[in-house]
Amino acid sequence: MLDFIPSLPMADWIDDAVKWVTATFDFLFDPVKEHFGNLLDITAEYLAMVPPIIIILLVALLAFFISGKKFGLAAFSIVGLIFIENQDLWSELMFTFTLVLYASLIAVIIGIPVGILMSKSSIAENVIKPILDFMQTMPAFVYLIPAVAFFGIGMVPGVFASVIFASPPVIRFTNLGIRQVSTELVEASDAFGATGRQKLFKVELPMAKQTIMAGVNQTIMLSLSMVVIASMIGAKGLGRDVLSALQRAEAGSGFVAGISIVILAIIIDRLTQNLNKPKQ
Amino acid sequence: MPVIEVNNLSKIFGKRSKEALSLLENGHSKDEILKKTGSTVGVNRASFQVEAGEVFVIMGLSGSGKSTLVRLLNRLIDPTAGDVLIDGENLSKMNKEELLQVRRQKMSMVFQKFGLFPFRTVLENTVFGMEVQGMDKEERERKATEALELVGLGNFIHQYPNQLSGGMQQRVGLARALANDPEVLLMDEAFSALDPLIRKDMQDELMDLQEKMQKTIIFITHDLDEALRIGDRIALMKDGSIVQIGTPEEILMNPANDYVERFVEDVDRSKVLTAENIMMRPETVDIDKHGPRVALERMREQGLSSIYVIDRSRNLKGYVVADDVLQAKNDQITSLEGIIRKDMPTIDQTTSIHDIFDVIHDSPVPVAVTEEGKLRGIIVRGTLIAALANANGNGVEDDA
Repeated sequence: MLDFIPSLPMADWIDDAVKWVTATFDFLFDPVKEHFGNLLDITAEYLAMVPPIIIILLVALLAFFISGKKFGLAAFSIVGLIFIENQDLWSELMFTFTLVLYASLIAVIIGIPVGILMSKSSIAENVIKPILDFMQTMPAFVYLIPAVAFFGIGMVPGVFASVIFASPPVIRFTNLGIRQVSTELVEASDAFGATGRQKLFKVELPMAKQTIMAGVNQTIMLSLSMVVIASMIGAKGLGRDVLSALQRAEAGSGFVAGISIVILAIIIDRLTQNLNKPKQ
Repeated sequence: MPVIEVNNLSKIFGKRSKEALSLLENGHSKDEILKKTGSTVGVNRASFQVEAGEVFVIMGLSGSGKSTLVRLLNRLIDPTAGDVLIDGENLSKMNKEELLQVRRQKMSMVFQKFGLFPFRTVLENTVFGMEVQGMDKEERERKATEALELVGLGNFIHQYPNQLSGGMQQRVGLARALANDPEVLLMDEAFSALDPLIRKDMQDELMDLQEKMQKTIIFITHDLDEALRIGDRIALMKDGSIVQIGTPEEILMNPANDYVERFVEDVDRSKVLTAENIMMRPETVDIDKHGPRVALERMREQGLSSIYVIDRSRNLKGYVVADDVLQAKNDQITSLEGIIRKDMPTIDQTTSIHDIFDVIHDSPVPVAVTEEGKLRGIIVRGTLIAALANANGNGVEDDA
């Protein structure tokens, strides 16, 4: 019925756009790929060089103090990490952790300022919100394609795709947290003659801290969920084991790698959540 | 020169504010403007002046625009039209930097829900205004501690707001506002969130502080009793307009229109009416001119059993009763001097009705109302009851 409308060459357009971006920003992508790729590898390798027992003990200690001197999380961390080491997935775990660490860091470093901008300007909010919706609903696999075009295969495009997929929560929560600061407190800081910057750093960010931290937690979880997908473009880590288990239909090793990801997720999630609890 | 001068100040919320403003100037009502333009009139051409050291109360029900008005005074809300002058400087024309200086040095604000920062201690909250000015730490903490001691919180400076009661939290709010010694204190429903007993204490304390500090205070409230207690002058607002400005007396005695009248109806009149408002013109005899005959004659005319005696300059001498006067007349005495009784109840003309009750209770003669020893009027039990029973505010006997 709608045959009279000629088919839109949308896919071609996007291909052209990606090609154009790749060619134009090549000078940028290449050094990023090289140096950032090295940084990722070095970080993961250094981590893997540390004897596992030391990392396990450090994580357990951290868990013990952050969770308010309770043993639950510390005990879980010890058992869980020993299990991963026991399954001979330790160096994969270190690569996965590195990917999550850098992806989350970059997402937070970009996300918080963008969230602040959104909270301060309704125009920015109206522009950025649909972009965030797009970023979150677009199937994550799709990001892998331009990521490979820009950065080739390996860890770097994995981090790139993870950042795109994982940054919306921290942006949204930062925006929400600042907008939720009660009018009276905003008025109080204005009435006493605080400048915009003073208001932001002395009132709004401290007030929004809990909400922002909830966003950071979500961002970390989302970048962890990208681990398997990123392995499709050659990112090292636990995801690769899941992927190869899938390709060879090995349920057992698939689950072992999967459970390892779950253990890492639980430890990171509980740690960041406890960090966010109000002090008594 | 007034500290604050407000001229034709208007605030219209909504997109078509210019159109709404011209409708407003042509005398259209708030409802009509809302219907025609979709804009809400927050404040409608308010004008008033506040003198240094004055407590100026802006009173109105919720939605009357009083909170908007106070925010126009420090430009937390930008006015649509009109001027606010602080010490003769026009706030509406100031740039950001000048406005910042005014907020830092000339005016502070106290908020209804206290507006304290929960993540800062009492001391850290109190230094806030000075901190943003860039005052050095030692000095601002010294000043803040002084302010906290002034409001009786010297021992709580390292607590967090949520560890304090509501009354104490508002004391912190007050200390924060006073700490950098502003000229003008804007208090937005400052005591409304407190329970009644605490509220009364805070009102008293504010008045005590005000006696020492002589700040110019703009106090917003919806509570007429509060307005009457603390206000030197009261501005009554309705639908964004100021309906009447006057002393508590003037507002109560001469409500400008039905709205004010209905507003003041509920007030416990006994607290605000004073002897002066309800006293009657006294029947008297002049001790220097009159003797028992005149006294008896006057008492017979008015149907009284006693009459007050004054001298030529209206100084109260005492009273005489009919029996004594008759006796004196029969004894051929020509002066009242010997039979004057002095056990009459005497009150100053500023005594509140509330306190007159105690005096009038078992007095055989009317209560004498005096001003510096001169007789101004009398009060009988009947007038007192009539004044209290008088529900619509008119018709109070005021012959004096």
